[in-house]
Amino acid sequence: MSAIERRPTDWASPAMQARIAARYRAERNFRRLGATALVVAAGFLAFLLFTIVRDGWSGFLRTEARLEVTFTPATLGVDPAAVAGPDGKAMLARADYVALLNEAARGLGPASGTLSDAAWLALRERLLADPGLLGQRVSLWVPVRSTIDLLAKGKFDLEAPADSRGVSDREVAAWRWLEREGRLRTGFNSAFLGNADSTEPELAGIGGAALGSLFTLFITIIIAFPLGVLSAVWLEEFAPRGRLADVIELSINNLAAVPSIIFGLLGLAFFLNIAGLPRSSPLVGGITLALMIMPVIVIAARVAIKAVPPSIRDAALGIGASPIQVVFQHVLPLALPGIMTGTIIGIARALGETAPLLLIGMRAFVTDVPQGLSAPATVLPMQVFLWSDDVQRGFVEKTSAAILVLLVILIAMNSLAIYLRNRFERRW
Amino acid sequence: MNQNPAQKPAIGHNSVPKMTARDVNVFYGQKQAIRNVSIDVTSEHVTAFIGPSGCGKSTFLRCLNRMNDTVDGARVEGRIELDAQDIYAPAMDVVQLRARVGMVFQKPNPFPKSIYENVAYGPRIHGLARAKADMDNIVESALRRAGLWDEVKDRLGESGTAMSGGQQQRLCIARAIAVDPEVILMDEPCSALDPIATARIEELIDELRGRYAIVIVTHNMQQAARVSQKTAFFHLGTLVEYDDTSAIFTNPRETRTKDYITGRYG
Repeated sequence: MSAIERRPTDWASPAMQARIAARYRAERNFRRLGATALVVAAGFLAFLLFTIVRDGWSGFLRTEARLEVTFTPATLGVDPAAVAGPDGKAMLARADYVALLNEAARGLGPASGTLSDAAWLALRERLLADPGLLGQRVSLWVPVRSTIDLLAKGKFDLEAPADSRGVSDREVAAWRWLEREGRLRTGFNSAFLGNADSTEPELAGIGGAALGSLFTLFITIIIAFPLGVLSAVWLEEFAPRGRLADVIELSINNLAAVPSIIFGLLGLAFFLNIAGLPRSSPLVGGITLALMIMPVIVIAARVAIKAVPPSIRDAALGIGASPIQVVFQHVLPLALPGIMTGTIIGIARALGETAPLLLIGMRAFVTDVPQGLSAPATVLPMQVFLWSDDVQRGFVEKTSAAILVLLVILIAMNSLAIYLRNRFERRW
Repeated sequence: MNQNPAQKPAIGHNSVPKMTARDVNVFYGQKQAIRNVSIDVTSEHVTAFIGPSGCGKSTFLRCLNRMNDTVDGARVEGRIELDAQDIYAPAMDVVQLRARVGMVFQKPNPFPKSIYENVAYGPRIHGLARAKADMDNIVESALRRAGLWDEVKDRLGESGTAMSGGQQQRLCIARAIAVDPEVILMDEPCSALDPIATARIEELIDELRGRYAIVIVTHNMQQAARVSQKTAFFHLGTLVEYDDTSAIFTNPRETRTKDYITGRYG
C-alpha cells in the first residue's frame, strides 16, 4: 500500500498565521466576556448591599430625649412609708408611672407630646434599680416617638410642602425646640436587638424573630440531619440497585425542586389540621422546613458518601469490619465535611424561607419573645416581610436593618460551611 | 475430598492444604468470569496467580475471602474450603472469615488515620487486645514483621497516608498481619510501587512464608518466579496449569503457558 502524498505543513503561511491570530482573539474575547459577567454580577450585589446598608444602618440607632422627673409618691400612688416595708419592691413595680410620665412631660413645653408610649418603662426601670430616688428629682433619657427619631436622623425632606412631607409643622417645631434645648441624643438601639415586634417603630425589635428562627432551625436540624444522613447512607451503601432505588432517587431529586409553598400546604393540612399541633409555633415551622431541606441534605450526603474512595471500604472489609462498622467508622467520618457543608447550605435556605411559614400561621404579630417551641413565634425573614408591609414610615429603616441582621447570619453560616469544607476536606 | 482428576493439582499431595477450591465458577450477571477452577493452597508455600489482564486471577482471589460479596450481581458456584470448612456455607461468618483470610490490595489503601490506628483497627474490632499494653504489643510486632518498625517507631501518631507508597503498602501488610490471619491474599501488591519498594515487599513476602499461607496475584512473571514456590496460570477464566514455580517457568506442559511466559501474548 503506497502512502498518500501530502504537502509539508507551512506554519509561516499567511493563512496559517491568520488562523493563529483568530484563535488568540477568540480566547481574549472569551476572557473579557467572563470578566464582564463577573463585574455585572458584583455590581448588582454591591448595589443591593449599598441600598440596604444606606437605609438600614440608622435602624440600629435610637433617639432619646432628656427628661427631668420628680418621683413624687403622690403621683405614683404609693405610700413612702410602705415602700420601705417588705412589699416595697412589688408596690413600686405596680406604681402609676404613666401618670408620672405625663406629669414630667409637661415640663417639655412644646415638645410634651414627643415621648414614646413606652417611655414610662424607663422611669420604672430607674426607680426599681434605685428605690432611694423616691421623692427625688432626677434627669434621665427616655425614647422619643418614631417621627421625632426620624426627624433627628434627617429622614424627612423639610423643604417639601407640608402635606406631602409626612410630618406636621407641630412635630417639626417640637423637634426644633428639643434640639435647641440640647435635649436630644442618638445612641445604639439595644431595644432593636432585644425586643419583639411592636406597633411602634421605636419599640419594635428583631429579638423575638431571631429567637423564633433559632427555635425553628433547632427543630429543623434535629429532624432533617439524622433523617437525611441515614437515608443517604441506606441509599448509597445498603439499598439494592434496581427499579426501587431508581424511583426513590427520582423522587428525592423531584422533592428538592418542589416549590416551598407546597411544603407549607402540607404542613397546614397535616401538622395543623390532622395532627393538631400548635399553630404559629416553631415546632410546626421546624418540621415543615425539615421536610423541605431533607432532600437537599440527602443529595449532598449521597455525593459526599460517593466521594469516599472504594479502596477505604475494601480496606476495612478486608480486615473483617462489618458493613455497619465500615459505614460508621470509615465512610461517614470521611464524608462528614461534605455532609456538613450540604446541611449548612440547607439550613441557610431554611433560615431565609417565608412561603411555607406563611401557611402555618407564623405570619403572626407576636409582641413577646417566644417562650418555647410550641408558643407563637415569627422568624427573621417573616419579620422583614411584616415590616416591609407596614405603613408607618419608621419601619422602613427597621426593615433594612432586619435584612442586615439576616444577611450577617447567612454570611456567618456560609463562611462556616466553607471553613468546614476546607478544614476537613481530604484529598486522595 | 472431591479431587478433580482433570486438573490434577500437582501440589497438596505432600502436605495438608490450607484452602481448597473445587469446580469454582464465578458470574458477574450473565457474564462468566471463572470456569471450573480447582486449586489447593498450602501454608508452607507462596502461591502466585499469573495470567494476562482480565483472565480472572483477581476475581478468583477475591472469592477466597468473599470480597466478591460486595460486588453487585456477582455469584459464586462450587466449593471453597478453609481448613475443610466451606466458606460459602450459611453458617460461615464473613467477618470472621476475613479476619482469618487477610487481604492486601493493589493500590496501598491505608486509612486516613495515624500509623498506630491503622494497625490497631483490626485487632480492636475483633477484640484481640484487652489492655492498651496488649495493643501496643500487637502493633509493634505487626510493624516489625512488616519490616516497618524501625522506620516508623518514632512517628506512630503521624498519618498513614503521609508515608511513601512502599511504606504505605507495608503498613497495609502490617494491618493485615495484626489480626493474625492464617492466609494472606495479595492482589498485585507491587503494581503501584517503584522497583526498590517492590524489592522490599518481595523480601517481606519471603520472610512471611511458612507462617501464613500467601497467595499473590501478579502481572510480573519475574516477580512470580522470585517470590513463589507454586504458580497457577490463568487464561480466559480457566486455570490452565498449576505446578511448582520452577516447573512452570522451565518446563510448562501447556502450550498456552509456554506462550505466555515467553512473552508471546499477555
